[in-house]
Amino acid sequence: GPVMAETLGLGRAALPEEIAAWDVSVLPDGQGLKPGSGDVLTGEEVFADKCASCHGEFAEGLDSWPVLAGGEGSLTDPRPVKTIGSYWPHLSTVWDYVHRSMPFGSAQTVSVDETYAITAFLLYSNGLVDEDFVLTNENFTEIVLPNNDGFYPDDRPETEYVLFKGEPCMTGCAEGVPKITKRAVDLNVTPEDPDGRPAGSLPDLRAAVATEGGA
Amino acid sequence: MSEETTKEGRGPSRRGFLRNSALAGAGLVAGAGAARAEGPDPLITEVQDWASSFGDAVDAAPYGMPIRFESHVTRRNVEWLTESPVSSINFTPIHALEGTITPQGCAFERHHSGAIELSKQDYRLMINGLVDRPLVFTYEDLTRFPRHVTTAFCECAANGGMEWGGAQLEGCQYTQGMIHNMEYTGVMLRDLLAEAGVQTEGKWVYVEGADASSNGRSIPMEKALDDVMVAFFANGEALRKEHGYPVRLVVPGWEGNMWVKWLRRIGVYDRAVESREETSKYTDLMPDGRARKWTWVMDAKSVITSPSPQVPIRHGKGPLVISGLAWSGNGAINRVDVSLDGGRNWQTARISGDAKKKALTRFHLDIDWDGSELFLQSRAVDETGYVQPTKQALREIRGLNNVYHNNGIQTWWVKADGEVENVEIA
Repeated sequence: GPVMAETLGLGRAALPEEIAAWDVSVLPDGQGLKPGSGDVLTGEEVFADKCASCHGEFAEGLDSWPVLAGGEGSLTDPRPVKTIGSYWPHLSTVWDYVHRSMPFGSAQTVSVDETYAITAFLLYSNGLVDEDFVLTNENFTEIVLPNNDGFYPDDRPETEYVLFKGEPCMTGCAEGVPKITKRAVDLNVTPEDPDGRPAGSLPDLRAAVATEGGA
Repeated sequence: MSEETTKEGRGPSRRGFLRNSALAGAGLVAGAGAARAEGPDPLITEVQDWASSFGDAVDAAPYGMPIRFESHVTRRNVEWLTESPVSSINFTPIHALEGTITPQGCAFERHHSGAIELSKQDYRLMINGLVDRPLVFTYEDLTRFPRHVTTAFCECAANGGMEWGGAQLEGCQYTQGMIHNMEYTGVMLRDLLAEAGVQTEGKWVYVEGADASSNGRSIPMEKALDDVMVAFFANGEALRKEHGYPVRLVVPGWEGNMWVKWLRRIGVYDRAVESREETSKYTDLMPDGRARKWTWVMDAKSVITSPSPQVPIRHGKGPLVISGLAWSGNGAINRVDVSLDGGRNWQTARISGDAKKKALTRFHLDIDWDGSELFLQSRAVDETGYVQPTKQALREIRGLNNVYHNNGIQTWWVKADGEVENVEIA
């Protein structure tokens, strides 16, 4: 009617089964958690079966795959180790992300109870619960991760924009000749063309045209 | 980014040797492209084949690709940056492009579980949560909403992130190329939300994709009702598969991660979900060990695309075009300053074309190069008065482990031989 903002009447009502299938998000206050439970030892088995080939038996990460445990107290180190235990603020994110997007390459194959169990095992791997711990939808929000208070909303307007606004220097802004402090060529880790130049360098228009189409 | 990777490099001597050889070889090609001919140029005095026989017929290429001589203008990836090529990044060849519109075929990709194939027939979009009428739309439904057009840059939050700790990669494709800029056509998110009827407690929307990673992100309702678009067309045609076909979110000015591709669900909630992509990732570690979250906007930024390490000066002294891109998530670019001497002195470049809000903007400065070394820099100023900072100014506030949101001024060292390097200077 004319009282409501006009709608076009497009789309159709979403059915409860459809919403349940697609809205599997879990929020930090536990909204979205499904009834279920899992313990550390079950989680260890499931993890060994579905996760350890990348993340290691102890969630410590194999090769360069993500490390899920460890790194406590490293956030001010030169090379911080950001894991569930050292960095993540909310357990809800662990449950939600594992359930929806892991294992990598075969996501949405872990059941609700398996996800509770894996989450319990990840808590144990991070030294946050004992090995007899059982995680359920009832006790879930009692768990507070170590870095729960480690984040604050974007404060650039107060800490940066105030400093970076205003008419900038145009002439005589610094003394002397620039001194080079870092050169990317010293690392030499950029993909290269066959002639050793950075890959994708423009062709030399004074040289003969390439006979092939190129890379 | 590890020390090991660095040590595995082959050192600068090999490249230097090869470059010198290449230059020496180039000199032997008589007359090709030379400014001053020593005699009549046979490309003019002799009838060339293309001036006599046929070229390709109009049925040769129903959907054409660039001519083979432009084969360097492609996406590139850097294998060691990520552990898997399906949760990875590649780079737009911004060193070789002009104007502002990015050709879709070489516009960068960033996936977390690969580029999926989703037909319009199989496509569904759900709106649920704190709404009066949870809805399901087909693609056909979406085509019946009023359409809007906007041009916007999509810059990965991590663009330049490898450069926080120093000068690492060689070429603006690699150091600034996690970006593209397209003209989008789609429907406004606010119109879809109106169809469902957002309840007063609905303060956030959570958007997620149809892919395995889902890439769920929370967006405050104020932004959702402002300029966020649900887009189907980019640069005149359907989205490319790798850019979210058939439907993606366009979030003008905000970090690329939030431009959810293969969009399948919009959930309305009373608070942020605080998903993996806004807790573990896309949060910015600060020197005290705490981290910024919800750093959505991409600040004013610029880069000189030519000369640059992939675009050396081979034509010698004299007229030289300095070309570059500037952009800001906080509005339109007001001006771009260019320095030839590492920030000692600046001159204001010219904006070529329009300076649209939250879109790539082209600048040019024409100089007469005397063959001496240059330390080229560009400095963007946006309509809020924000002036693009130096990397050092950013580090003084943020330290070295921010990972994301590096909009520091880039320096190119142009050497007397015309070769160009990525450097930091003091």
